Amino acid sequence: MKIAIVDYGVGNLFSIYNALNQVEANPERITEPKGLFEADGLVVPGVGSFGRCMQRLSPFEGALVEALEEGTPLLGICVGMQLLFERSEESPGKGLGWVEGEVVRLPDDVLVPQMGWNELHIKKDVELLDGILEGDRFYFVHSYHCVPKDSSVVAATTDYGLELNAAISRDNLFAVQFHPEKSGPKGLSVLRNFVRLVRC
Amino acid sequence: MLAKRIIPCLDCDLAIPLGRVVKGIEFKQIRYAGVPWELATRYYEEGADEIIFLDITASCERRDTMVNVIKKTAEHVFVPLAVGGGIKTVDDAKNIFNAGADKVTVNTTALKRPEIITEIADEYGRQACVVAIDAKRRYEPPEDKIAVSTPEGDCWFECSFYGGRAFTGMDAIAWARKVEELGAGEIMLTSMDRDGTYDGFDIELTESISSRVRIPVIASGGCGNAQHMLEAFQKTNASAALAASIFHYDEWPIGDLKRYLSNNGVVVRL
Repeated sequence: MKIAIVDYGVGNLFSIYNALNQVEANPERITEPKGLFEADGLVVPGVGSFGRCMQRLSPFEGALVEALEEGTPLLGICVGMQLLFERSEESPGKGLGWVEGEVVRLPDDVLVPQMGWNELHIKKDVELLDGILEGDRFYFVHSYHCVPKDSSVVAATTDYGLELNAAISRDNLFAVQFHPEKSGPKGLSVLRNFVRLVRC
Repeated sequence: MLAKRIIPCLDCDLAIPLGRVVKGIEFKQIRYAGVPWELATRYYEEGADEIIFLDITASCERRDTMVNVIKKTAEHVFVPLAVGGGIKTVDDAKNIFNAGADKVTVNTTALKRPEIITEIADEYGRQACVVAIDAKRRYEPPEDKIAVSTPEGDCWFECSFYGGRAFTGMDAIAWARKVEELGAGEIMLTSMDRDGTYDGFDIELTESISSRVRIPVIASGGCGNAQHMLEAFQKTNASAALAASIFHYDEWPIGDLKRYLSNNGVVVRL
């Protein structure tokens, strides 16, 4: 089994690599689109602006679509979740558009970015959140949040003065706004769940 | 609701491989507390929300040691890691991020060359750039400084740099506003008067800055027990509180401290 971390040249992937190692996922950093074809599971991280991430991810888009259509589980993390949507208020240009909806800026009446540990409110029973309890805390760092058109994809939300979507799940597509690799033992549980999904 | 963060701080002497944690009074070292990555791992397991490493030696040749400390820590610790001390350029920051750190803290460099804040924020995002402010009370404030009334009399707060060995003449409140404007994602605010004393945080300092900026402020300096943390969260807008000695010498295990805060109405991650 091989889990590929899509290394498309933004931020450092050391933390997610270490966390996947910790849950015995045997991760590999993949820097070329062709490397994705052998992967049993895909992790798309993201740091920095939506536009810059999208620009650098675009060479991988075709390979990712193909893997997704073949049923390979994919986990987007933070900006990696936002990229799945059609567009973002942060940058002009399109997102991957695999999930209908958009990414909007947090309102002015809350501290931006949201930075710290917030509670999950479980909306849907999904394998990715196996063992995660209502109210468990995860580490968030973000200034924008995802608003899907179809709310049935939402697996969990968090309350930051307004309800924010924290996790989505649809078939083999998964994404979280928080950082599982920085969310202590609970975060590792989410990654372990993803690895289990990949093994099945 | 977002939880208040509890952050252990490891002051690192990097003269030996993988370093050692020291703690002293007013920056003069007195005791060795352990090996940085081992202590960090213990605090992670006890429930630390984040861990800060400060290189108190801060010399060029020891930067590689810090990189090794962070690499080793990041294999075992899965909460955010912040690193400060001796970061002079974006390249220095890059080495630290590549080792597995999530944030860098800058102090002296930012006071001498404020653009470093914007440079780090542009490259790694605001949340990755913490500005450390070491502030000391000066009584009888002159007119051009922001006066704060305290039980001990009116004072202003002066920024210090070079690890508390020199003073800038700069007003810490004005500087805090400036660093927010320049792109800092967070302020780590240390009271020079209280650091190492166990007398509690400087509440007036913490409140005067945390109520004037829209970025998180970490209260630091003087924490001697759980009541001090409770006081900081009840009386100021601090988003996080930092301590060192009470954790190093097992006076307050992090789990006990968090349960105490929670029982007294502070929202924390348990």
